Amino acid sequence: MSLRGLPPADIFDKALGGERRALGRLITFVERDAAEAETVAELAHERAGNAHVIGITGAPGSGKSTLTGQLVKLLGEAGKRAAVLAVDPSSPLTGGAILGDRVRMEDVASPDTFIRSMATRGHQGGLSLAVPGVVRLLDATGYDPIVIETVGVGQVEVDIAGTADTTVVVATPGMGDSVQANKAGLLELADLFVVNKADRPGAKDVRRDLDLMLDLSHVSGQDQRTGMRPEIIMTTALSGEGAPEMWDAIERHRTAITANGQLEARRVNRDIDEVRNRLMADLESRVDLMLAGQSLAGVAEVLDAVAARSLSPTAAATQLAARIKDL
Amino acid sequence: MSDPAPDQARAAWQEAYDATKLRDVPFETMSGVPVEPLYGDGPYPGQYPYTRGLHAAGYRSRLWTMRMFAGFGTAEDTNARFKELLRAGGGGLSTAFDMPTLMGRDSDHDWALGEVGHCGVAVDTLADMEDLFADIDLSSVSTSMTINGPAAMIMAMYIAVGEKTGVERSQLAGTIQNDILKEYQAQKEYIFPPRPSMRIVTDMMKFTSTEMPKWHPISISGYHIREAGSNAAQELAFTLANGFAYVEAAVAAGLDIDDFAPRLSFFFNSHSDFFEEIGKFRAARRIWARWMKERYGAKDPRSMMMKFHTQTAGVSLTAQQAEINIGRVAIQALAGALGGTQSLHTDAYDEAMALPTEDAARIALRTQQIVAHETGVTNVVDPLGGAPFVEWMTDEMERRAEDIFAHLLDIGNDSILEGAYAGIDDGYFVGEIADAAYRFEREVNEGKRIIVGVNEFTEGDSGERNLLRIGAEVEEYQLKRLNDVKQRRDNDAVTRVLTQLKTEAADPEINLMPTMIEAVKTFATEGEIVASLEEVFGTYVEKVFL
Amino acid sequence: MSDASTSDPQIRVVLAKLGFDGHDRGIKIVARILRDAGMEVIFLGLRQSYKNVVNAVEQEDADAVGLSMHNASHMTLAPKMVDALAEAGLEVPVIVGGIVPDEDIDPLMKTGVAAILGPGASAEEVAQTVRDAVAAVRGSSPQA
Repeated sequence: MSLRGLPPADIFDKALGGERRALGRLITFVERDAAEAETVAELAHERAGNAHVIGITGAPGSGKSTLTGQLVKLLGEAGKRAAVLAVDPSSPLTGGAILGDRVRMEDVASPDTFIRSMATRGHQGGLSLAVPGVVRLLDATGYDPIVIETVGVGQVEVDIAGTADTTVVVATPGMGDSVQANKAGLLELADLFVVNKADRPGAKDVRRDLDLMLDLSHVSGQDQRTGMRPEIIMTTALSGEGAPEMWDAIERHRTAITANGQLEARRVNRDIDEVRNRLMADLESRVDLMLAGQSLAGVAEVLDAVAARSLSPTAAATQLAARIKDL
Repeated sequence: MSDPAPDQARAAWQEAYDATKLRDVPFETMSGVPVEPLYGDGPYPGQYPYTRGLHAAGYRSRLWTMRMFAGFGTAEDTNARFKELLRAGGGGLSTAFDMPTLMGRDSDHDWALGEVGHCGVAVDTLADMEDLFADIDLSSVSTSMTINGPAAMIMAMYIAVGEKTGVERSQLAGTIQNDILKEYQAQKEYIFPPRPSMRIVTDMMKFTSTEMPKWHPISISGYHIREAGSNAAQELAFTLANGFAYVEAAVAAGLDIDDFAPRLSFFFNSHSDFFEEIGKFRAARRIWARWMKERYGAKDPRSMMMKFHTQTAGVSLTAQQAEINIGRVAIQALAGALGGTQSLHTDAYDEAMALPTEDAARIALRTQQIVAHETGVTNVVDPLGGAPFVEWMTDEMERRAEDIFAHLLDIGNDSILEGAYAGIDDGYFVGEIADAAYRFEREVNEGKRIIVGVNEFTEGDSGERNLLRIGAEVEEYQLKRLNDVKQRRDNDAVTRVLTQLKTEAADPEINLMPTMIEAVKTFATEGEIVASLEEVFGTYVEKVFL
Repeated sequence: MSDASTSDPQIRVVLAKLGFDGHDRGIKIVARILRDAGMEVIFLGLRQSYKNVVNAVEQEDADAVGLSMHNASHMTLAPKMVDALAEAGLEVPVIVGGIVPDEDIDPLMKTGVAAILGPGASAEEVAQTVRDAVAAVRGSSPQA
């Protein structure tokens, strides 16, 4: 019965067969970047590429978990085998995290829905570094769509646009969100805007502001990335009002980007991005090791020279960069 | 009367004091030194804003009511105890319900296993309510019922029992807690989402204001907010804010403030930080008076007079060296008395572990009797009034509460009611409470705060506990009984009335109480009525806020 | 790729309350204690069913389950939770926190509960109890 000691390929087979415990364990491998993770990635990559990946982002308190819950409910009712990744921040001090999004989703989800809570584990940008790998795994094991709910710390959430096929940005009245969205660059990332809490005063103003900003960005040519103008949908997540309209708009977006080739281009870019991110992370840890004097001889001398002011930091970096290939 | 000159105010107090019938006891110290009824100056007791108390003579005229809340087992057990109480001269019945009843679920619900009849009496149908009050003349007693989520059904059952025994609903006297807002904030015994729940509460306020003049449709409770881990200022502020929210809801529903506000009452916790608690009680009266008069435009002084019940802090009781809890309860009871409470429940020392044993409950009652009859604090009205520290603490509690009201008005677009909804929705209340609880726990853990017997002075715990346990027979009996009632009743009638209730629930213009009463008369169960309403109102699921 | 993260695998704990009991002061404090001890807490909170907890453990690949109980129903509910997890083939320790009278401790432990934390347990005790219970199941292999 126990999964312990089974080779990752066997656990993968179990996950393909629908065993959720096995899928849960594989995700842990990916999250920990454990020795098994490479095998898992290999097995998953060749089977992935079918799922529609939807990202939901927005400031804290915008109601995005409730909205995600409503979406999950709809998907369940439509007979889809959906998965949700709910990402919450890790404490920068202790590395611990409290992940509390599952409850509301589980409550409304169909029994086929797979829900996983993830902590950012020290990664900035709204998602955990492991998210692309986990998405691939869910995709490979037949989950479609995959909904990612981001941290929503009100800062840049650029990761999500790199990871999702359709990025939904949630705004609410009374929080200066439209301005916030513009500042944070979310305007360019959004494939779809949702104005949640549409029953509150000011919801129409938010819609008008967004429209205006989209008009401006259209004039300045900023929507060339997708060639489409993002739709704006009004919802009241608490009652579920507007959720079907949101789902329809998400589907329309997918149909459109499938037709115009954007989807394929995004996915290729996404994989390249992942390669790049992993390279950067790898490089960073190697540089750290090098500077700690643990991997290459002669590094300490270079740093000492900087400290003694006989070598500039710029020159030191140039010297060491030439040796990166030796790392 | 709003701002009389000091001399006039003093004279008015004296006049009111002289007109009051006093208890027949010597108002002097143990050594025979006579004491004045009042020291210091205004605002005087019995005068706006009532900081020093609601009545000119304070406890000289009447001691607080020593109300002991208890109840477990079957309806018949509780009924027998009620009758005993009435024979002994008591006129107030206090009813505790078991957990499934409080949650609006029947005794045969999956989760009810092990809970039926445990912390109170199980009420599934009108039949249970009839047993609970069998052979008791409802026109001559006052009944307090501690229930919130399904309060409307329980009140409907009480009305139906009255009707069946020939007592008009206008004759029924009592209080139902019915404070649904604090359920979302602290106690978590909610059923429907906040707004439909509030509709039921206003339906009840409207219904009782026209049909049940002797009934208190709501008791606004900070006790549970404190028990959930809040600090004193949060307890004060959240509770009063909830009070304001009910006022706003009732006014919005078309009621005149002076028609219902005099019947609002409050319920606070008394914890161990002596002066903070006293400051909290005094500030509570002052804030309520001022807001009712200035913000909500009450004219009747009774609308401005905050009456409250106090219970010592269950959360302060320790499992370690449980007997020392008697000391804690005594101090907390004293704080309640010095704060001017209208009634008081003292906790039993063994409650940290389980329901109180009879001995422990007796000791708890004796503890407050000592405060009332031996300490002499009842000889003088507001004996601490005027003391610089006490007045400062009162002002500080008020200031901290006002900060919280300002936040609620801010998130509620200048409405406390909307602020309460917004604060429930965005986790403000639960987040603040959890932060406060964690801060306290950390201080105890780091030894910055000493809890006797827990992190200091820990030797001497006998480890012996004599605990009360409820047998499984109560559960079996109740299940059989519920089953019997379902066999006997007219199921078509049940279906018909529940269908009607659903239709009416969908129309906010209709008051649900009349059909609710019809529903309980068909022996529809509490759980069935709740389930029907859930179809229309939905079920509340708490978002996680930490 | 990087090996540093595998040496000390993050402990993931599911925290829940079963049944009607609404006292959630303790479980919220415990959530923070475990977070501050560096663990990831999957917080389910109030009114959870056995099925919800089993689902969470499966999907979240949790290392332990913490149940908070304050209504004297621990003898009924906790053993059922242990059984439900075992039935689903999940090898995770169940730790009960809250009010458990002394005389119930032995019988409760016999039903398969891994540890019991009473009122007054310090933050360090709470965190260490979870770590020990997880280590006992994981055994020598940190991957478990």
